[in-house]
Amino acid sequence: MMTHRLGRAVAALFAFTLAGTAASAQTLPARDLTYIIPFNPGGESDVTARLQEPVYRRLTGHGFVIQYKTGGGGAAAWAQLNGLPTDGGTMMGFNTPHIFLQPMSGKAGYRTADINPVYIFQLTPHALIVAADSPIKSIEEYVAAAKAKPGAITVAGTGTHSANHVAQQSFDQAAGIRTTYVPFTGTGATVTALLGKQVAALWNFTTVGVEQKGKVRVLAVAMEQRHPQFPDVPTFREKGVDMVDGAMRGVAVPAGTPDPVRRQLSETFRQINADPAFRQKMIDGGYVPLDVGQDKLPAFMAEHTRRYAEIGKLLGLVK
Amino acid sequence: MLSDLLAALTPLNLLLAVGGVVAGTVIGALPGLTATMAVAVLTPLTFSMEPASAMIALGAIYTGAIYGGCYSAILINTPGTPSAIATTFDGYPMARRGDADLALTLANLASVAGGLVGALALFALAPPLAEVALAFGPVEYFWLAVLGLTLIASLSEGSLLKGLIGGCVGLSIAMVGTAVVGGDVRFTFGLPGLLGGVNVVAALIGLFCIPVVIDLVAEPGGHMEMAESGRGYRLSEALSEVRGGAWNLLRSSSIGTFVGALPAAGGAIAALIAYAEARRTSPRPETFGKGAPQGILACESANNATVGGGFIPTLVLGIPGTPPDAIILGALLVHGVRTGPNLFQEQSAIVYTFMAGLLVSTILMLPLGLLLGRYAYRSIAAVPKTLLAPTILLMTILGTYAIQGSGDDVVVMLVLGVAGWLLGRAGFAAAPIVLGVVLGGICEQGFVQGWLIGGAQEDLVGMFFGRPISLAILAVIALTLLYPLLATRLWRPRLAT
Repeated sequence: MMTHRLGRAVAALFAFTLAGTAASAQTLPARDLTYIIPFNPGGESDVTARLQEPVYRRLTGHGFVIQYKTGGGGAAAWAQLNGLPTDGGTMMGFNTPHIFLQPMSGKAGYRTADINPVYIFQLTPHALIVAADSPIKSIEEYVAAAKAKPGAITVAGTGTHSANHVAQQSFDQAAGIRTTYVPFTGTGATVTALLGKQVAALWNFTTVGVEQKGKVRVLAVAMEQRHPQFPDVPTFREKGVDMVDGAMRGVAVPAGTPDPVRRQLSETFRQINADPAFRQKMIDGGYVPLDVGQDKLPAFMAEHTRRYAEIGKLLGLVK
Repeated sequence: MLSDLLAALTPLNLLLAVGGVVAGTVIGALPGLTATMAVAVLTPLTFSMEPASAMIALGAIYTGAIYGGCYSAILINTPGTPSAIATTFDGYPMARRGDADLALTLANLASVAGGLVGALALFALAPPLAEVALAFGPVEYFWLAVLGLTLIASLSEGSLLKGLIGGCVGLSIAMVGTAVVGGDVRFTFGLPGLLGGVNVVAALIGLFCIPVVIDLVAEPGGHMEMAESGRGYRLSEALSEVRGGAWNLLRSSSIGTFVGALPAAGGAIAALIAYAEARRTSPRPETFGKGAPQGILACESANNATVGGGFIPTLVLGIPGTPPDAIILGALLVHGVRTGPNLFQEQSAIVYTFMAGLLVSTILMLPLGLLLGRYAYRSIAAVPKTLLAPTILLMTILGTYAIQGSGDDVVVMLVLGVAGWLLGRAGFAAAPIVLGVVLGGICEQGFVQGWLIGGAQEDLVGMFFGRPISLAILAVIALTLLYPLLATRLWRPRLAT
């Protein structure tokens, strides 16, 4: 009896040691990576993941298992991030400003600190867009029209307290104007509203300008320099409004995922972003590749936490 | 152009169409696995193909999945996809009285007819229809959802009050979670699992299917009458029903095509509105909901017409008409095909091959669907009752879990299912609740967006009551609501004399 118990204890100890060795090797599991997208299939996050996969496969010999967990503008997925397996076989896409603004209400089900980012790989800069046949031809005319009749210009955007909403509020404050923000579900619905003349303008990203080329006019982009896809479109800075921002996308892992695994994932995504063909596809689509890896992330997160605290006040999320 | 069309008939493309329709139908038939998911899951398989072949495969999967939803709607009262909600209204009563075989054949013929109308509209009318779709603003979506909600009046068997209460329960369920407009968090009771709202598919499975399972256990009789063997497909009966309902088919398919072309509506709404119209114009509206073959013709033709209709804004405007279209657009991007307004002009070869492929897939659905339907019917009929209840229960749980790999959805499904059964015992039918769940979001968003825009223009009344399309929908709403009253007022005195 005694030996039996001892034997079991030894076996358990042995198993424990084995598990320890396995953990100390700490590499990505040799299987397909589960990649959870907190938004609908077909959106920017999904399209990017689909473009990343072939490069990932070439680098690692494995692919992605893409799952969609939608709801609450991403909050439904992020609230469950830290309950997922921590062996490095599961990761989740995340977006800014969502992960900074949503938790400010205290009801999002997660805190910004619960998101453990591994890599941020792209930016979609804010863009102010009107229909191609709109009477508004330039950013100056937009501001003049809004000043002539405060609140009368209707602007579509995706969701409330979202990137588009932030853009509208920040720009209106900087330019000293007032417009009416009308939230819709999904980019498709906002473009429909713009092309159908339901709204006068649209806050979205450079990506919409590319997809709807010919049907829409981009008034300005929130970048430091002009986007290669729109050489004729000014930046907001050129027009005297200091706005360089947009939505950023990256991947995060559940808390407890070992450091070496995070570093390995981070390095893999750096290599994907460095792939020339992938990079070109991103730029052609209106995206801006970003490279914020493990080394730069702590400073990056701290800076943006401060910045969005200000924006949270502007949106009335924080008193 | 002709050679582009004929390119759809290469052996490979035909094979892809057959495989796509079969795979789509099977996935669509399983509750929880929707057309969106069928397309999303099978998309990576198409990455190695030519873009036109990939689109044919995805179109075939999509159209098959929308059709396949009718199997479980008819056989176990559970819409396989949200598009098949209205199919349960008459499909399951037909199955209960022993006409499941006829119902399946009717659904097949209607789906093929609707699919053809949608695909032909895509060929012939795409650019003008896309323009009309753009004229549909938030207010029009609001009124469209209200029109869908008027169905509550006709679906409330016995008590209108109970139907209205059920509709309000459904609308409340639709409000759970983070509001799109305003961002408020509502009715989550502090549970993070409810932040994303109640998943519509989970709610559907719970409200429709769980009561069937409980009744299977609680009641002595079988869940449907089994027909004597050897009746085959009952094709001639079905065909004569189709001949009598040709106008119904055409109207429902047109509704389906048009609603499918609206980027924020989909198969579920198309089928519900087509059903409401079929019931309103029927000489015997009282048979609807009790196993009326014309009810199945209406909703199954409408939902398959949304496939072709949905591709109209997708291809002409670069705006996905339905959620599966969004995935197909994304897949095209991975293929390096530039989507958006210029797709039609710049890549017309791919577009025409794809449209021909969609027609071919729809036609193939006729024989393939009849065969698969027969198989589905036999397998449900062959399972003894003692096994059927646990099998369906397991399927509902797995299917709900599969929606987005979430245990919370399973809990929501089971809670709503038991609540739905209890409410059913108290005389509250499931259909009005489901209508509220499905239409609540569109209704609320359309209203608030219209309110914001109308407020900015300082013309709220004109916003809601002054736009031509809104007025047309309002007229149909008024007609639907007042018609029964007018009919009794006008006809009863005459009958009395």
